[in-house]
Amino acid sequence: MSDQTAPEPKAEPFEPKVVAFCCTYCAYTAGDLAGSMRLEYAPNVRVVKILCSGKIDAVLLLRAFEDGADAVYVAGCNIGDCHFLEGNLRAIRTVAYTQHLLREIGLEPQRLEFFHIPASAGPLFAQRANEMTERARKLGPNPLRSRRTERAGGKLQRQPDPHPPLPEAKLGRLIRHEERMAESQTP
Amino acid sequence: MIVAERKPLEQIEGMIEGMQKILVAGCGTCVAVCMAGGEKEVEILAAQLRMRAKLKGIQRTVDEITVTRQCDREYLDQLAKYVGQYDAVVSTACGAGVQFLAERYDDKIVLPALNTLFIGVAEGPGQWSQRCMACEDCILDQTGGICPMTICAKNLLNGPCGGTNHGKCEVGDDRDCAWTLIYRKLEKLGRLDYMRKIQPPKDYSVMTKPGRYSHEAYEEAEKKEDKE
Amino acid sequence: MASNNGSAFRKAFETKDFVVTAEIGPPKGTDISRMVEHIEALKDVVDGLNVTDNQSSVMRISSLAVCRVILDHGGEPILQLTCRDRNRLALQSELLAAWILGVRNVLCLTGDYISVGDHPQAKPVFDLDSVQLLQTVGMLNQGKDLAGNDLEGGTDFFAGAVVTPEADPIEPQMIKFQKKIAAGARFFQTQAIYDVDNFKRFMERAEADGVKIMAGIVLLVSPGMAKYMNKNVPGIFVPDALIEEMAEAPKGKRLEAGIRIAGRMIRQLRDEKLCHGAHIMAIGKEECVPRILEAAE
Ligand code: SF4
Ligand code: SF4
Repeated sequence: MSDQTAPEPKAEPFEPKVVAFCCTYCAYTAGDLAGSMRLEYAPNVRVVKILCSGKIDAVLLLRAFEDGADAVYVAGCNIGDCHFLEGNLRAIRTVAYTQHLLREIGLEPQRLEFFHIPASAGPLFAQRANEMTERARKLGPNPLRSRRTERAGGKLQRQPDPHPPLPEAKLGRLIRHEERMAESQTP
Repeated sequence: MIVAERKPLEQIEGMIEGMQKILVAGCGTCVAVCMAGGEKEVEILAAQLRMRAKLKGIQRTVDEITVTRQCDREYLDQLAKYVGQYDAVVSTACGAGVQFLAERYDDKIVLPALNTLFIGVAEGPGQWSQRCMACEDCILDQTGGICPMTICAKNLLNGPCGGTNHGKCEVGDDRDCAWTLIYRKLEKLGRLDYMRKIQPPKDYSVMTKPGRYSHEAYEEAEKKEDKE
Repeated sequence: MASNNGSAFRKAFETKDFVVTAEIGPPKGTDISRMVEHIEALKDVVDGLNVTDNQSSVMRISSLAVCRVILDHGGEPILQLTCRDRNRLALQSELLAAWILGVRNVLCLTGDYISVGDHPQAKPVFDLDSVQLLQTVGMLNQGKDLAGNDLEGGTDFFAGAVVTPEADPIEPQMIKFQKKIAAGARFFQTQAIYDVDNFKRFMERAEADGVKIMAGIVLLVSPGMAKYMNKNVPGIFVPDALIEEMAEAPKGKRLEAGIRIAGRMIRQLRDEKLCHGAHIMAIGKEECVPRILEAAE
């Protein structure tokens, strides 16, 4: 999805760009397997490895579209197989929520999807990659894509907090009056 | 804490129609915890506004900043360097924060991105419920720590209405009847005598808006200064 | 039956063993001809006529105006007053207005929540609750308002309240019932009852010496209505036997069955001296009340 990928020569047929966020333990491993099985799948898919599908974030998904991806999917383990127990459940929720955000913006929510791809499922990995590429082809180019070279928005302005939290937070810690009195009396 | 929800994008779009430079200003306290207006939600809203503008072919810059709180002047001062560069500031603070921001930068258009809902608690991930109406005369000591002013739809003070229904409220099965909860709690605590006492009508005069409060410590100090 | 001095309804409890009231629902709109027919048909067969106050949060003619219409036709009205639509000022001025118009009885209610009615967007008031409203009536009766100011002429209302014998859980309901008595309720009209044995148990635990209890009787018109109430109306329980009895009646005779059931229950309540009276709610079928009373003989 980076900017150095081939600038589309005019009049060439539309080649979708698909971003796949794959979790390390299942989907990414399945991708490896697909490779070693020499399975062919759509070259349109750019795989981004993330530790766990639960790490995915609405902001990250929106950014992918903002930067011009035609379709994006998050791939995690089967239900019950998540290395971090419920990361994939969170990812499913995040994807559903981001679909809502896309709908609000006016972008087809079908451009975003979640898939379960177990580590042993090399062929499924290839199938999903083709499926999503096909879907993107049908939906046509992401309307934001043509201008992808303009970096989205301005720069993030963030000031350092002039009131940083106290080094030792007292929040959530029981302070017994007696103990504190004793403490204050020790020299 | 204050619980709020993000307004629909369409509504925010309507507010900034025709404006080119937008600063989305987040608040890192209550609304960050309830996932409505913290740093991350600011990023999401700003991204949405930018994408929306591109889709519509509109020229628009959307920048982001999140401060610790918008209900304290010192944090608002952090925006001073920037607000001048924007046509409008879209604040994702609660209604109080938006007003304070608008007051601090009173020649700037300041717009609300949230609907402020209530004072409440986190029931579970992504779920909040109202617990207090700020009635200025707390009676939780009489009611086993369950607020009839808030949890009871009719803010009844003397026991359940005729609509109480197997522990649910007549307004809907998704709501507990406050007075069934209070009864069970007081029974458990052995303090049903609290419930037998007739509660007088609420004194609404103390709730005359807008509420004001100054801490005793500061009041005392002021009095002293006045004398001197 | 109406008198300009005391409450004829209160007197009925002194002179009769079993007092009967019925309910008049004000119409939505200004055509009161049908309502007046009902008033005419009922005023001499019952001891008092309740007038509902924007019942079920549906906007209608005010209870007070209809109470006056009842007085004009020679009936004894019972003003129902809810806390939903008026704050304490409006409630008190309504009570004073009722008194000067000749209304002597008031039934103090919390009122249904606003969202169940036809103006769900309205602001619900609930400044007072029913217990506090009863206290307010007590104050007016002592010649003072709720803030303790002296009145130029007070009231002498016969105040009542409601109770739900089938409430679940029952304990908080009983606590509130006792508070209502302490706050000055002198008569109670209950939520509809259909199971007389349950009602007996309620009366045993009620410890309601000195107050008059009138059992609520709602006319059944179909087995469907009974099932609907069981499912949807809190505090109403229709036993299966009654639902069957309704279902067994041939179509077209179901209203007769409902009248028979209501009459039979009133007879049992009266003959076994289970309570001091009955309050008949024949919602939309007010003309059936005389027949219910005949069936109770
Ligand atoms: S009584 Fe309820 S509304 Fe009033 S201060 Fe206490 S919790 Fe808040
Ligand atoms: S059902 Fe319970 S919570 Fe609901 S209005 Fe009645 S008393 Fe209040």
